[in-house]
Amino acid sequence: MDLFEYQARDLFEKYGVPVLPGVIADTPEEARAAAAKIGGVTVVKAQVKVGGRGKAGGVKVAKTADEAEAHARDILGLDIKGHVVQRVMVAAGADIAEEYYFSVLLDRANRTYLSLCSVEGGVEIEQLAEERPDALAKVHVDPLTGIDLDTAREIARQGGFSEELVEKVAPVFVSLYRVFDDEDATLVEVNPLVLTGAGDIIALDGKVSIDENAGFRHPHQAEWAGGEQGDPLEAKAKEHDLNYVKLDGEVGIIGNGAGLVMSTLDVVAYAGEAHGGVKPANFLDIGGGASATVMAAGLDVILGDAQVKSVFVNVFGGITSCDAVANGIVKALEILGDAATKPLVVRLDGNNVEEGRRILAEAAHPLVTLASSMDEGADKAAELAAK
Amino acid sequence: MSIFLTKDSKVIVQGITGGEGTKHTALMLKAGTQIVGGVNARKAGTTVEHSAKDGSALELPVFGSVAEAMSSTGADVSIAFVPPAFAKDAAIEAIEAGIPLLVIITEGIPVQDSADIWATAQAHNNVTRIIGPNCPGIITPEESLAGITPATITGKGPIGLVSKSGTLTYQMMFELRDLGFSTAIGIGGDPIIGTTHIDALAAFEADPETKAIVMIGEIGGDAEERAADFIKANVTKPVVGYVAGFTAPEGKTMGHAGAIVSGSAGTAQAKKEALEAAGVKVGKTPSETASLMREVIAAL
Repeated sequence: MDLFEYQARDLFEKYGVPVLPGVIADTPEEARAAAAKIGGVTVVKAQVKVGGRGKAGGVKVAKTADEAEAHARDILGLDIKGHVVQRVMVAAGADIAEEYYFSVLLDRANRTYLSLCSVEGGVEIEQLAEERPDALAKVHVDPLTGIDLDTAREIARQGGFSEELVEKVAPVFVSLYRVFDDEDATLVEVNPLVLTGAGDIIALDGKVSIDENAGFRHPHQAEWAGGEQGDPLEAKAKEHDLNYVKLDGEVGIIGNGAGLVMSTLDVVAYAGEAHGGVKPANFLDIGGGASATVMAAGLDVILGDAQVKSVFVNVFGGITSCDAVANGIVKALEILGDAATKPLVVRLDGNNVEEGRRILAEAAHPLVTLASSMDEGADKAAELAAK
Repeated sequence: MSIFLTKDSKVIVQGITGGEGTKHTALMLKAGTQIVGGVNARKAGTTVEHSAKDGSALELPVFGSVAEAMSSTGADVSIAFVPPAFAKDAAIEAIEAGIPLLVIITEGIPVQDSADIWATAQAHNNVTRIIGPNCPGIITPEESLAGITPATITGKGPIGLVSKSGTLTYQMMFELRDLGFSTAIGIGGDPIIGTTHIDALAAFEADPETKAIVMIGEIGGDAEERAADFIKANVTKPVVGYVAGFTAPEGKTMGHAGAIVSGSAGTAQAKKEALEAAGVKVGKTPSETASLMREVIAAL
């Protein structure tokens, strides 16, 4: 889960990372009040979980509270790469002397943590990495020892900081690592980290990604969820703990296991090429269990998608036996009753498949068609969606 | 022959008394696995009842620690069915006891815990090979199963399989069930895992019984690209590949915590191209991948 900038700011503050005052506003009037409260020059910043907001007109400097209100009016509702701005943060203006970069993140390839650091911050870090790779230090961080003051100094030196600055930024790096470690983050990034005219170090903009698998030890993180206008079907699926992603297409997909479901989307997309270009409408992994209630909840979400014209249920019975899955489908259709209106193509294979197919054949539900393979099922579902 | 797991492997189950542990202990025994006991500190000294492969009654001892289980039984494999909150402690216990192979089935382990597990294994000179977490484990058909892969899909054969995904492993074993497999490993779809595609490829290359390798990847990370480089330099056996997730949009996690396309990185297309550049034949679908493997086996 990515946090909004204001959430990252608040988190930094909690861990003693120096930040400037910042107040959240949902309306232009609130923005005016926030600017008046902060006083002096402020910056009105769109709160969206996507980069490039400055270029899109989502960050504006205001000299007065009136100006802050006007900027907020412009920015609220702005569409930045598909993300509609619903909140702005009004932050105190900074007297920037220099801009730096610091991050700590998960390094998948090396199965450890990595810290990136540069005295040349403020620019897009991908751009810096490409154009001036020597200016960007990459330092491995041992998960068992983390970043202590000595490690932080070493990172800063490798990032090109002078000795005087090393002593200023190193304690900030230690605090940022504590955010990463204590909050179970996968990324903590500050860009820019600035040196002000008065000689203070300030984290001016931050990006934090949190590992949702660790939510059980961070109950307070639940309040960070939501906030950005999500897809209503995805929200509904989340209520049922379903692993669902809405896509733009006509063939609803239900399967078991993330890999098989991803593969099913691909196979349906290929099959769709022969049927007027129909595409998969969603990703939905109902997991190993595939119980009747989960199947019913899944079907309910998919059938609630007005774009869906047909549904492909693709299940490989591993530990779960196919008869249980078949009973799940039959019961799910009973639960849904008249709400089930779209044709279902079902492909079952694996554990106890004969019994599973027999159950579905016997139930003879008018909406259900059996397919003998994944390819055949995908083709049939695409054909039905193209009708 | 096979890789990492044979009929002689002696397996203990961490979490043998839990629901999943109980169910899969029974299934593993049925598949022929030599299970010699389990671990649960709170139930040390008790036993659990199961049936051996031949149907006879079997009483498995429950030990207080992995170290104790190893010294009492000579176990060289541990498989963990432990809830996410306790998985790190269970894994570190197994690593510190020096178990040669640790299979972690648990789904939903915080990635920082996985990082700690891996760092601990390294600090102990990599004595412990880790498979997983969030994986279906490993099966050497007709010999042994340390995992949750259905043992009934297929039997022994010339193909080695390595995959990030569980159900795609089953699908591929099913597609090629007439040919059979030397060993099939599901390495898991988490951002940090123990055994990688490269580790499995190296082991299959060295295994005389494996004649060809099928490698299944999915979006996210760059493990497939690195595997492609490895294949180019080190693998002489034919490799057939499959990558899932061509239709996945950027920025959306597809089920597995690691399955996410970020910017230009991690796309299925990039992985397919990297594999093809290394001489790997890549199928568009599981069935096409199986056809490619049939051609490879027929030409041997």
